[in-house]
Amino acid sequence: MTWLELSPDEWNAVRLAVALLLARRDFWGKSLVNGLVHLPLVLPPVVTGYLLLLTFGKRGPVGSFLNEAFGIVFSFRWTGAALACAVMGFPLMVRAIRLSIEAVDRRLEAAASTLGANALWVFLTVTLPLTLPGIVAGMILCFAKAMGEFGATITFVSNIPGETQTLPSAIYTFTQIPGGDAGALRLTAISVAISLAALMASEVLARRVGRRIAA
Amino acid sequence: MSVAVAVRHRLGDFALDAAFESQGRLTAIFGASGSGKTTLINVIAGLIKPDWGKIAIDGAVLTDTEEHLALPVHRRRIGYVFQDSRLFPHLTVEQNLHYGRWFAPRGDRYAQTAQVLALLGIGHLLTRKPRQLSGGERQRVAIGRALLASPRLLLMDEPLASLDQPRKEEILPYIERLRDDLRLPILYVSHSLAEVKRLATDIVVMAEGRVAASGPADRIAQRLDLVPPEERDEGGVILDMTVAGYDQAYDMTSLRSAAGEAYVQGKVGKPGAVLRVQIRARDVMVATQKPKKISALNIFRGRVTALDAAGPAAVNVTVDCAGAPVIARITRQSRDTLRLAIGLEVYALVKAISVSPPAAAPR
Repeated sequence: MTWLELSPDEWNAVRLAVALLLARRDFWGKSLVNGLVHLPLVLPPVVTGYLLLLTFGKRGPVGSFLNEAFGIVFSFRWTGAALACAVMGFPLMVRAIRLSIEAVDRRLEAAASTLGANALWVFLTVTLPLTLPGIVAGMILCFAKAMGEFGATITFVSNIPGETQTLPSAIYTFTQIPGGDAGALRLTAISVAISLAALMASEVLARRVGRRIAA
Repeated sequence: MSVAVAVRHRLGDFALDAAFESQGRLTAIFGASGSGKTTLINVIAGLIKPDWGKIAIDGAVLTDTEEHLALPVHRRRIGYVFQDSRLFPHLTVEQNLHYGRWFAPRGDRYAQTAQVLALLGIGHLLTRKPRQLSGGERQRVAIGRALLASPRLLLMDEPLASLDQPRKEEILPYIERLRDDLRLPILYVSHSLAEVKRLATDIVVMAEGRVAASGPADRIAQRLDLVPPEERDEGGVILDMTVAGYDQAYDMTSLRSAAGEAYVQGKVGKPGAVLRVQIRARDVMVATQKPKKISALNIFRGRVTALDAAGPAAVNVTVDCAGAPVIARITRQSRDTLRLAIGLEVYALVKAISVSPPAAAPR
């Protein structure tokens, strides 16, 4: 485990930080950062996957460094599939969080600071709790994106059964072989069930959070 | 208790250039909207960094741009009650109230929860969420939240402006109690002369970003020329009167003052209590002879000390009634008919007076 293998929570923290930066600060090159963050949303997924392969592949500049220095390999491993999903989901999540940060009433933050809270406390006790619905929505969106992610994953880490095969790529494989219909249907049913459960969970969660902070 | 403020700040077309000092318990910052009142207290709170400024409370300097000193907002310990309460929607009333408590340095935490709850009458609201409160309750909780952070100065920015009249009446007594019971200087921003005359011990009048006048409330209230046109009907004097007695048969309270006896309806205060009496200029008539057979009870004899034009048709007549000034707003026509002149002995007939219950705080 090293600094680059982030848990989902750590990824969320990174997204929150980027969203906060984009929502609140004006800085040099902001539109460039904004563009880079949102690029995976617009680029064909295959292009993103190929770029990931070029950069994080074994011979890529970042990939070779990581391999030599820490022994971390992304290409054609499940970690690579996770990376691809994270990169593809990133803009959606940042967008959702950013919108809800922008919706937080800054006058409440001013009130908190007159009560003695410094910037960090204001963020932890006012901004963050009020942003929670956006974070939840962003997590759901990101999960949905990861569930369906196909192009970038298959380009970056291929479709190796037991290693890098994801639900969509497994279904794709089944549809390519004769008599694979039964398998494809089974997996389709599973993905419908997971998606539906996730959507319902998000609905319940969002309503609960929304009720807690409603003005 | 002293507050010293000197600020220069430019915001687009608007220039604020204000300086005042006050030792009062409740200093009203009064002026028409757009006169820079809120900008001024935002500078005091540290929410706006002034181009130039010196701000000190009891000698402790908060801002001194010449010394490059500007204490950040969260370290100023200035309570701020906003017009729109700004309670945290995700916290309960109790959590809102205690929000500032832990940020105050241990040695400076003077505020007592029980005392503040009793003072504001909000003890029964603790478990509610802000959205379950009425406008008046919300504002009382906001005041409590500011007090429980143990501030050394309390800023109130039009705390009643968003409330209807009954709600205002509900909160005014609480603000009077803050003024009289706590050793905490209050700066109270308002465009309502009625509120200011009822609450203030001192008044700072703002006009177009500048301080037009400042000083003790009774002295400033006489300056009807400082009252913006939309508040002109509220203009008038503040007098201190002592409760003399209560006549149960007529349900009237009699008051004593330098100017003479006065009467108000109902039972107000205990005998000997000093009340703040407001007499609006438009409620005063002037007669050159002692009126007989007239329903008005409050008639003061005095001498005209000033005649000031008040708009195209009206004149403010200042009548000095044995040291207590009473101002009457009459028409120019009446002035000429009565041949009013400075030094003339006249009778001021007061149609309506209003008293605020607890004593105007002695300074």
